[in-house]
Amino acid sequence: MSARFKPDETFRDDFRYSNSPAAIRRFPLPFPEDEYMYSVNIEPHSRGAPGSVTEFAIDIDEHYVAECKERALVLAAEPLRCQALPHMMAAQWDCLELIMESLARDYPQHFSLERRGKHWHWTNRPLALEQRFVFGEPTTLPHPPLEYITRQAPGDWVVMDQRDGDLWTEAGMVTSQADWSLDFDIGMTFKEWHGPVPLAHEMSVFDRALKYLLNLRLGAPVRRLNWTMTVHPRLDTSPENYPFWGPDRTRVTAANAGDLVHLRVELQALWRLPRSNAVVFSIRCYLMSVRELATIPKWARRVHRVLKTLHPALVDYKGLTRYRDSVVAWLAPFDDGSPTTSGTGPD
Amino acid sequence: MTDGQTIAVEVSAIERVTPLIKHFTLRRAEGGPLPAFSGGSHIIVVMRTARRVNRNPYSLLGSPADLDRYEIGVRRMEDSRGGSHFLHDEVAVGDRLEIAHPVNLFPLDKRARKHLLLAGGVGITPFLAQLEDLAVGTAPYELHYSVRSPDHAAFKDRLIAGHGGHVRLYHDSAGEAIDVEGLLSAQPLGTHVYVCGPKGMIDTVIDTARACGWSMSHIHWEQFSAPPVGDAFEVFLERSQRRLSVPPDQSLLEAIEAAGVEVPYLCRGGVCGFCRTRVLDAGDGLLHHDHFLSDAEKSGGKSLMPCVSRARGKHVVLDL
Repeated sequence: MSARFKPDETFRDDFRYSNSPAAIRRFPLPFPEDEYMYSVNIEPHSRGAPGSVTEFAIDIDEHYVAECKERALVLAAEPLRCQALPHMMAAQWDCLELIMESLARDYPQHFSLERRGKHWHWTNRPLALEQRFVFGEPTTLPHPPLEYITRQAPGDWVVMDQRDGDLWTEAGMVTSQADWSLDFDIGMTFKEWHGPVPLAHEMSVFDRALKYLLNLRLGAPVRRLNWTMTVHPRLDTSPENYPFWGPDRTRVTAANAGDLVHLRVELQALWRLPRSNAVVFSIRCYLMSVRELATIPKWARRVHRVLKTLHPALVDYKGLTRYRDSVVAWLAPFDDGSPTTSGTGPD
Repeated sequence: MTDGQTIAVEVSAIERVTPLIKHFTLRRAEGGPLPAFSGGSHIIVVMRTARRVNRNPYSLLGSPADLDRYEIGVRRMEDSRGGSHFLHDEVAVGDRLEIAHPVNLFPLDKRARKHLLLAGGVGITPFLAQLEDLAVGTAPYELHYSVRSPDHAAFKDRLIAGHGGHVRLYHDSAGEAIDVEGLLSAQPLGTHVYVCGPKGMIDTVIDTARACGWSMSHIHWEQFSAPPVGDAFEVFLERSQRRLSVPPDQSLLEAIEAAGVEVPYLCRGGVCGFCRTRVLDAGDGLLHHDHFLSDAEKSGGKSLMPCVSRARGKHVVLDL
């Protein structure tokens, strides 16, 4: 999309945040059917339709500048939201290259990258940044390479080293997460990291996902969607800050659910990194209020039905226990029982 | 995985480095850099001969820092099905080939306090690229390289020029052999050992390391099997309802691909497990040549790796 940035948006305190009609229409609804259950819903991260969130490898939208400001606020308070174990330096440079190359190629109006051997020149116009540096020389950047580039990249980034037939969470930038902590999980294997997810282990979802990702190929990235709900358009719903956002869940009523509750969708993309043989996992968060969602009649009907029939274990795991019924009640008047068309796009 | 994802390359140099090994340099046909890779990676070279398509894995041996070219070393296999003979005898400078993106099934462990590399013969190739990564790192490393005789010491000059103090060469012809037990019993904690070479050498290193108390997480090996030549056999693909004949010098995977049925693959050398295929009826038995399935799985007869493994009889049925 040709984004007009909204730099004054906020994701805390006064929550000045909304989606333009165009942003609503391109929202990645994660429900292909009226009921939801896990699946290994991985597909090639290939170029999607023009204007869609998957048109380019990394999506830059109207919230980009505000999201980068929010990330800087989180890091100022909690520097450990960005970490990398010592053996992950090659992977850090791989990530920097992937992100810079993708953004400069896909958004030449916003970003540019000139490479002369190891001497690189990066320009980020929306954030008014310019940097000359030597690729492979950390001292030529103001932050370590992963932190430098992910301060300018939308979404969270987790880098997994591959060894011993497993993927190890050993570097990352995580400031817009759905209640998990890089500081707690760093060093874990793939299944340890996903330990808290209910039902999926019994369905061997992680056995299959791990096997698939261990064989992820260079030049063939993949993606999937995941989702939950969040009270307020709050990006940083971290365990570290639970006291600040947990109580919000008690304030939802059937009257205010449309404005307070937001559908939170993660576009997760995974790339094999070339020099380190690591895998980088990008978790890009999209937020849309239930009221915004209900401007698309098909989505109002579908989300109403998904929430109404959601498995109790998933209701608990996604933290919806206290307010799911309020959202269902708010959406009920929009659902006349008529069928929904196939696919996730608006009618 | 399919030919749609291959990269067109041009052969820019060919050098005979030993009586059996030729060194090929490949550049992107339309110019420009090739994809970055890590030491230990291999590519699949797609060879379209008059009779059929061969896809063989070869380790990248050039520097991962130099993406203007890829380099591979090809040993001429005596009992070849055509791939190495084709590269040795029919490919000339200026010819075009197709390759798949690099895949690394033999990476260095980046946490190692020390890297101990053991190479036998053409098994030197993945180490040549890894040495370039190690030379710019901080962990100590050493390479022990065993060859038949001095004229079989492929890439010796390159090794000595780039890594002289880290390399020790052993000639079978002079009665020299790597003292595997001596080496493995005297390494500092945190050392990782890597071995690439003939099967006997790999087995010796693994067994000796285990006997010396090494953890499996610190022992790494790579052994690509070339698909062996065998007897002709027939196979029935249940889902496709196709009956195929597999001639002696064609692999089962190649025969399935030639019939237009796609099977996902990565290594084509019996290592990665990606092409694992369910066997619905093992008929007169299976001839497993892979390094992936456990002995129990092999004797169970429920699956096989069509990249290297074959069947014995006329009633083998695969779930394809």
